Amino acid sequence: MRSFDYRRAADRTEALSIAGEGRARYLGGGTNLVDLMRQNIEAPAALVDVSRLPDSIEETPTGGLIIGAAVSNSVVAVHPAVRTQYPMLSRALLAGASAQIRNMATIGGNILQRTRCAYFYDVAGSRCNKREPGAGCDAIDGHNRYHAIFGASERCIATHPSDMCVALAALDATVHLLGPGGEREVRLLDFHRLPGEHPEIETVLRPGELITAIELDPSAAAANSRYRKVRDRSSYAFALVSVAAGLEVVGGRIEDVRIALGGVAAKPWRAVRAEGLLRGQAPTRARFLEAADAELAAAKSFHGNAFKVELAKRTVAAVLGELTGADA
Amino acid sequence: MAIVINGTNYPLPDDPRVSLLDFLRERLGLTGTKLGCNQGGCGACTVILDGTRVLSCLTLAVQADGRDVLTIEGLASDQSGLHPLQQAFIDHDGLQCGYCTPGQICSAVAMIGELRRGDPSYVTADLVEGPKGGLRQEIRERMSGNLCRCGAHNGIVAAIEQMLNGEAP
Repeated sequence: MRSFDYRRAADRTEALSIAGEGRARYLGGGTNLVDLMRQNIEAPAALVDVSRLPDSIEETPTGGLIIGAAVSNSVVAVHPAVRTQYPMLSRALLAGASAQIRNMATIGGNILQRTRCAYFYDVAGSRCNKREPGAGCDAIDGHNRYHAIFGASERCIATHPSDMCVALAALDATVHLLGPGGEREVRLLDFHRLPGEHPEIETVLRPGELITAIELDPSAAAANSRYRKVRDRSSYAFALVSVAAGLEVVGGRIEDVRIALGGVAAKPWRAVRAEGLLRGQAPTRARFLEAADAELAAAKSFHGNAFKVELAKRTVAAVLGELTGADA
Repeated sequence: MAIVINGTNYPLPDDPRVSLLDFLRERLGLTGTKLGCNQGGCGACTVILDGTRVLSCLTLAVQADGRDVLTIEGLASDQSGLHPLQQAFIDHDGLQCGYCTPGQICSAVAMIGELRRGDPSYVTADLVEGPKGGLRQEIRERMSGNLCRCGAHNGIVAAIEQMLNGEAP
């Protein structure tokens, strides 16, 4: 690990001013960043520790929740309001990593975690455009079981590893940011970028900007929601495919539906097409499968991950089935 | 900057690159905490920081400034001997080579607190009600961050179950 300066920020203003001094990174729980620094994939000149900034979870005037970026994944997962009003978020967090890592990891850090593509990590032996722009991508013709089926480019087919972000995408959460230019808000759905020509640019964060909070709006679909993660072992593994879904049925018709997929793209993938086909329809297994089929029609798989297309279809239908009691 | 480890105050290292794990093992000689993968994959380095279980390999020592660390060395006492969970691991053969054991035990001590507090896990059927029944499945899910290459997991689960049920060793 290369040497760096370490400073702990007393408040957000101080965090921004320290970060503005040079090539610095904000440090949350460190579960991803410290590892990447040890692998010499990240080499910041300074770490600005923001893990002790205010970490409250508060109700908003509209009955939603605003969750400080420094709150740990564990604390959010077990919070009573999250368990009752946003169960897909609670389950997504509990599906991620291990208990030890959830205790350390912050909400802001979870959003900013980087891909687990093995070629991205293999500094000595592999080409990776994300790590070294222009170097090439060894995943495209390599071991790509864990890679993207949506939104990939010729430069990069990596996936975003977060479970939490899949639920936040389905919930249409808002990310609160503070930067040298002041405060702004970005929809979680617009926060991560698809790789295109520049897989090394992963988010819309501007230099020096700090994630300060995420905000959730209440809804009946959020309160009736689930998260299912399919993986190679039953716990402590990244998703092959995951589904966050919420459903509101009124008078036998789907009033509101939210579906997002994980493990399939460089960002959490909101299944807009499937949602559009389901709204106003009766909640039946046939409809669920039809909608999932339509969503996955746009998928483009590689030799190692073609199974994800069928897996994603069935998982979407199964989770929607669980939410309605329709046979899954 | 200082840190409390098993009740004793220590000054923190000047170099911020030093992990809490290396600080414990290499600078303080507290070698009970083990170095496994050094990348957050195995749980061998688990310690209890301000009451919660964390991975000391991915914690920078400076991040623990002012905090309270409990390691395997701090669990047993001169007065009462082994921690009951240490005894339960012996009773149930919850180890073979023993390398992952300090991490398993520190992890399980904190995990028992989470379970008794009613925190749900990914396998908890009712998130609002919290964990009810399915104890072995709950233990397995909650301990999934601690790998045992010898495969002593059945004994580990049995030891933790004994501790939770308050059975005499």
